[in-house]
Amino acid sequence: MRNALPALFAFALFAAVPWLSEYWGGSYLTSLAMRAMILAIGAVSLDLLIGHGGMVSFGHAAFLGIGSYVAGIALTEGTTDLTTILALTVGIAALFALVTGVISLRTTGVSFIMITLAFGQMVFFTLSALSDYGGDDGLTLWDRATAFEEDTVLYFSILGALVASWFLITRIVGSRFGRVLRAAKQNEARVETLGYGVFGMRLTAYVIAGVMAAIAGVLLANQAEFVSPATAAWQRSGDLIIVVVLGGMGTRSGAVLGALAFVALEEGLSSLTHDWRLIFGPLLILIVLYAKGGLASLWERRV
Amino acid sequence: MSAVLSISGLTKRFGALLVTDDVSLDLKAGECHAVIGPNGAGKTTLIHQLSGTLKPDAGAIHFDGQEVTALSAYARARRGLGLTFQITSIIPGFSVLENVALAAQAKDGSSYRFFGSVARERRLNERAMAALELLGIEDRAQRLAGDLSHGEKRALELAVAIASQPKVLLLDEPMAGMGRKESAALIATLQSLKADYPLLLVEHDMDAVFALADRVSVLVYGKIIATGTPEEIRSNAEARAAYLGEEA
Repeated sequence: MRNALPALFAFALFAAVPWLSEYWGGSYLTSLAMRAMILAIGAVSLDLLIGHGGMVSFGHAAFLGIGSYVAGIALTEGTTDLTTILALTVGIAALFALVTGVISLRTTGVSFIMITLAFGQMVFFTLSALSDYGGDDGLTLWDRATAFEEDTVLYFSILGALVASWFLITRIVGSRFGRVLRAAKQNEARVETLGYGVFGMRLTAYVIAGVMAAIAGVLLANQAEFVSPATAAWQRSGDLIIVVVLGGMGTRSGAVLGALAFVALEEGLSSLTHDWRLIFGPLLILIVLYAKGGLASLWERRV
Repeated sequence: MSAVLSISGLTKRFGALLVTDDVSLDLKAGECHAVIGPNGAGKTTLIHQLSGTLKPDAGAIHFDGQEVTALSAYARARRGLGLTFQITSIIPGFSVLENVALAAQAKDGSSYRFFGSVARERRLNERAMAALELLGIEDRAQRLAGDLSHGEKRALELAVAIASQPKVLLLDEPMAGMGRKESAALIATLQSLKADYPLLLVEHDMDAVFALADRVSVLVYGKIIATGTPEEIRSNAEARAAYLGEEA
């Protein structure tokens, strides 16, 4: 419970943002908060793979891309019913995760990183090639899903999705399934000889994480009212890994804290200088070196 | 008594090297069958073929009335073939209790359960505690497994094997790296386990072998040159020349 406090604090902060924005920041602040929350959903799902499952996926942004394009294409074609969009997203993302998971989970370590990177880039180039839907340039959306027409509804739906994702992942990690996943990260041979089918469990985790990130993609499309292949690019997958590492891999609150810190640093530093990554990079190195276990560990140690 | 585990004509080659040469042996209910042999005799290769991590080139393995030669390691484990490793194999970042509870969970319904808190599953924890008590390390339950002493880790590994409710136990050098005192304690524990779990023991420690084994097989260059009671093996000239002589 104590370790969940930073995440709960972050949720309370997000909940207060619409009220705060009336005094400072306006719609700039709310859209910044929405981006942070969507990034957090992606990171929370990725942490199931990296932090708890030992599967360092370098293609997780592909699922964000899939989700945002399913939403983007559906909205462009006049399908504005959220339930339909979500059903399509879940189906397509699950199928993609299943097929790519079966192939990439035959490998571990660096090979797994490279294969997931390759699948991610495949999605990126496929999306770039959709000339009917903007190609390289991306696609501006003229409609949001019907359910998201009100700004406040969209905002709190995103917050609701984040809280639900975080809660779900927390439960999964503490469940029977999660225990086997965590054990297999540390000693796969031992877990196999106990009679567990590690491959099937990792594949299941991979599908769960993929679907969750794809749902974040749907939210992203509605928030930005724009979809772009860049969402699926490897740089975005890298950002997701950075968020997870920054916040603390395999911790209760890390992914949420990481996303909050990432967006805050990105905004803060880029207002100082165009080359903000010059400062961000060394900062990340310092955190990895001196706060092993990321931001979440700072809290856990102090208490 | 019928054999729980039986091997016939098992053969394994690594290139030109014949590491398992037409090995046949069996393990009966309630007994401890020890396999001894000098370094490089192929003991570990043999146990890997039994557990399923290595596939034999020829021969058959029958376990609990069924042929398991083609089954994977985890399918064999599910059927009740418990294994402890020569090199300690635990989950270092888990508590001692969770290590054992993980084993109990493998034999207790589906692990595709995503919501209930597994740390609060009383049945699993109770079964794990029972196994820890059997091995006398129940006071270490909340410790991190990686922080245990070597002897305690070996005991933990046995507790893990027992909690998975095996039909037989394959023990790959359980005494390896243990001091005299620790070995003696472990021998006493294994003695008490023998009745419930037939033991196939691969071991260097002759004290352990002669204290525990009902039958001993001597493996030399991948071939079994003698099988018999400890007394018979002691008086078998070939076995003495191959192994016991070196030991003395």
